Amino acid sequence: MSFAQAFPGDPSVDATLAAAHKLTRDEYARVVSVLGRVPTYAELGVVSVMWSEHCSYKSSRVHLGRLPTTGPRVIQGPGENAGVVDIGDGFAAVFKMESHNHPSFIEPFQGAATGVGGILRDVFTMGARPIANLDSLRFGRPEHPRTAALLRGVVAGVGGYGNCVGVPTVGGELFFDRAYDGNILVNAFTCGVVRTDRIFYGRASGVGNPIMYVGAKTGRDGIHGATMASDEFTAAGPSQRPTVQVGDPFTEKLLIEACLEIFAEDLLIGIQDMGAAGLTSSSVEMAARAGSGLELDLDAVPRRARGLQPYEMLLSESQERMLLVCKPGKEPRVREICEKWELDVAVIGRVTDTGRWVVLATPDYDPLAAAPVARAPIVVCDLPVGFLADDAPKYDRPQGDDPSLPARHAFDPAQIPEPASFSDELLRMVGSPNLGSRRWVYRQYDSIVRGGTLARPGGDAAIVRVPCTTEAGTIDKWLAFTSDCNGRLCELDPYQGGAMAVAEVCRNLVCVGAEPVGLSDCLNFGSPERPHVMRQLARAIDGIAAACRALAVPIVSGNVSLYNETDGRAILPTPTIAGVGQLADVRHATTAGFPDAGLVVVLLGTREAVAGPLGGSEYVAAHTGEVKGLPPTLDLEHEVLLQRLLLDCIRSEPRLVLSAHDVSDGGLAVALAECASNESVAVKDIGAELELPPSKVSLAEQLFGEAPTRVIVTVLPSDFEQLARLAEAVGLVAHRLGISGGARLVLRAGGSACIDVAVEALAAHRRACLDALVGEA
Amino acid sequence: MRAAVVLFPGSNSDVEMIRTLREVMGIPTDVVWHRDTALPPDTELVALPGGFSFGDYLRCGAIARTSPIIGAIRRHADRGGYVLGVCNGFQILTEVGLLPGALLRNEHLRFECRDIFLRTDAEGPFTERRGAVLRLPIAHAEGRYHTDPATLRRLEAEGRIAFRYAHADGLVNASANPNGSLDSIAGIYGGPARNILGLMPHPERMSERLHGGVDGKALFDTLLKTVAGSSNPSTEERRAQVAS
Repeated sequence: MSFAQAFPGDPSVDATLAAAHKLTRDEYARVVSVLGRVPTYAELGVVSVMWSEHCSYKSSRVHLGRLPTTGPRVIQGPGENAGVVDIGDGFAAVFKMESHNHPSFIEPFQGAATGVGGILRDVFTMGARPIANLDSLRFGRPEHPRTAALLRGVVAGVGGYGNCVGVPTVGGELFFDRAYDGNILVNAFTCGVVRTDRIFYGRASGVGNPIMYVGAKTGRDGIHGATMASDEFTAAGPSQRPTVQVGDPFTEKLLIEACLEIFAEDLLIGIQDMGAAGLTSSSVEMAARAGSGLELDLDAVPRRARGLQPYEMLLSESQERMLLVCKPGKEPRVREICEKWELDVAVIGRVTDTGRWVVLATPDYDPLAAAPVARAPIVVCDLPVGFLADDAPKYDRPQGDDPSLPARHAFDPAQIPEPASFSDELLRMVGSPNLGSRRWVYRQYDSIVRGGTLARPGGDAAIVRVPCTTEAGTIDKWLAFTSDCNGRLCELDPYQGGAMAVAEVCRNLVCVGAEPVGLSDCLNFGSPERPHVMRQLARAIDGIAAACRALAVPIVSGNVSLYNETDGRAILPTPTIAGVGQLADVRHATTAGFPDAGLVVVLLGTREAVAGPLGGSEYVAAHTGEVKGLPPTLDLEHEVLLQRLLLDCIRSEPRLVLSAHDVSDGGLAVALAECASNESVAVKDIGAELELPPSKVSLAEQLFGEAPTRVIVTVLPSDFEQLARLAEAVGLVAHRLGISGGARLVLRAGGSACIDVAVEALAAHRRACLDALVGEA
Repeated sequence: MRAAVVLFPGSNSDVEMIRTLREVMGIPTDVVWHRDTALPPDTELVALPGGFSFGDYLRCGAIARTSPIIGAIRRHADRGGYVLGVCNGFQILTEVGLLPGALLRNEHLRFECRDIFLRTDAEGPFTERRGAVLRLPIAHAEGRYHTDPATLRRLEAEGRIAFRYAHADGLVNASANPNGSLDSIAGIYGGPARNILGLMPHPERMSERLHGGVDGKALFDTLLKTVAGSSNPSTEERRAQVAS
């Protein structure tokens, strides 16, 4: 039995107030029974955020255990602030992807900006210098009245934060579907690099060690952000703006530099970012990981708002704050470094061995007051650490099939009338918001700050040089980054969709010459309280797990975002996968566009998947406005063989494959158009004269079907036979499509041209794909 | 040749500036903190890198202007010492008054990062040949050069407009201007001997093969040539040179 006192002015706590905090009747009963008393108002707030879906993963934890999280390169899997993967020579990549969906829908600029800020802190808190960001974005249909403003706000927010802190944003995704009309997705990814002997963890150990608060002052912003992120929206409207935090990238930049200086001097036991649920979550998690206890003194917390109550200080999600546990005697040096960077710093507590999370504060004490009252702290919270963290509720929620699926699977895309002109159809496709150039977006991101970006946004994956410096000298490492997920395929078959997201991320990395070394997942779904959403989540996890095992690449970090629904309508299930690859040699770097005229253009893939079924494709969605039809399936065995073959052909000396581009959204014709119209002013566009492989399926399916396990590559004419032999030897096929060159992309089927368009027209249509939405780029 | 890169809180393009100077150009380079009050002895080039000094919260460069190091930079510049301000560094130089004019919000109001082409319109310590076209990246939200008509006329008359935004063939017109800059101005010379160069595009981000080109390296190559050609005049000699 513990003892904690109400603060003057606290409302009285009962089951009704608990329900308003989103605690179920059972959950509240458990709190009262474990404490042996009614919790204080501050304790109720703390329990409600720690047990929120966002912090506790209560609906997803039973399933997440099925993900493969280990491997020879894995230094740290899920459970810490970010995952850590060995990249050799004493260095490691530290990375994670996280959602900031709910705040971005309420306030797009700040929501997106603070999403970037939060994931940066998760990464540099482990001792790593952030070197690359990705941003995976989903919006409602382009013609929805809010889409343009949301898009503008989110992109400006991502850029506004990332550009200022000086971390290049090198890629991401942009996708529109009506299913996101009421719930946009903003998934932010950061990768950093750290010396393996200088990795820091979020652990509070060593009785008596000081707990230090560093960074921005605490205000009232973002209170209950984590609880809001665990709730659905209603059409009654976004009225939750006060729950969204406000970002200050300049303070973040100072925080990064200060923390990296502190890390270099070995002054810390542990460190953690104050993210969702702020001071509460960071301190509880640090104590939980170390199996220790904590005592916090709220009177010492730096603040910028008058009259802050304990409840508010504990739940504030003010940004750019870190919690540090110092080594004994190192506190003055930490203070000195923080002061150099003009950051607030204060000792706000001590590590204990009680296993309890104890919070003290003086009633009516306000350091900002003209004459603060004398300090006489009382205990406002006294809770067992485990009760808040590992012992939080865990639910195996009921699952059920999506009743709408059989009818949707039954749709036959052959019902869509054949376009009068496939040339015009291709121009329309490449000029559509989902398939065209993303340059309006990525030009608002500084993708080259720090001077290490080798492959900029617009390709299959970005490549960044990472100089790794030790006392012995500097070794350059080359890391590749990409993210992917096709929510439509996940909706029609969550297992296949999950597996395909993993396969495509890895395929994209291999296409630029990198070997996939680790993944992060950001699982965005609707309400887990609905059985078919729960089934989507469970099946997607199974699909991700199967693909990870087949491709031998682990999930080392991740995040779950549920309740992405409005008025009972859920988003497309969107398990976004972000991937990190490593190039063994910078000479392996490979681009997607046709690099020269006179090369043989080859479709590398399986015999069966020359053409994919159209179910769930952009073509079907464009013509029917719906996500339907039988989706393609992934043959993992062939996928593994394809990726291995492609990487071998890129790494061979002399190099066999000269360019490589993954075939995905929009199918083969769109992929070829992308090869013929690159995004750089420094490279010339080159067309091609091609013949489709013989096929019995419709032309629309051959051109726009989205079957996986296909890559377009170019080789020297003299090398084609060798590539064909290598493919055949592993049961794959190198389909010779034709020769690159000229100013037109010509595609023949059975001898007659079905597509004949100028590359200039393709490029112009791709460039203009967002014009109707946001004006000319 | 010895260089000093000045760091302000919020500078973020220091890494590529230092790397270009030290590793690409082989120039010994010191790093100076904004609270320092003196440059290292023998500093010949002061480089102000890009970034968001003090968050650019008041106005780009407006707070950096008050930093203790500014006095030393001003004295160095007045003596004819070389100063290079890139992006936020250019903005700081205009705020300090070492270069005329101001950098306003881009006409389209967005941050923009992409490669653009520049035509060299003035010869000077960093530029060898008028008419030369360079491809360099821009990365800014506030790069629209502006000044009063009299100053613009003076810049033009004195041949101080170092770079204008152009097409790949060197044609200067509105459609090649990425931010609405007055007279397509991308960079200007200042100082007693054109020893100060401020520009919005980033030469230090186009100095190695991995950047997709080395047009930016040309500026540093030319500076080294200039310094070698001037047979390392002593400060006294340079003062005399400038005074004449």
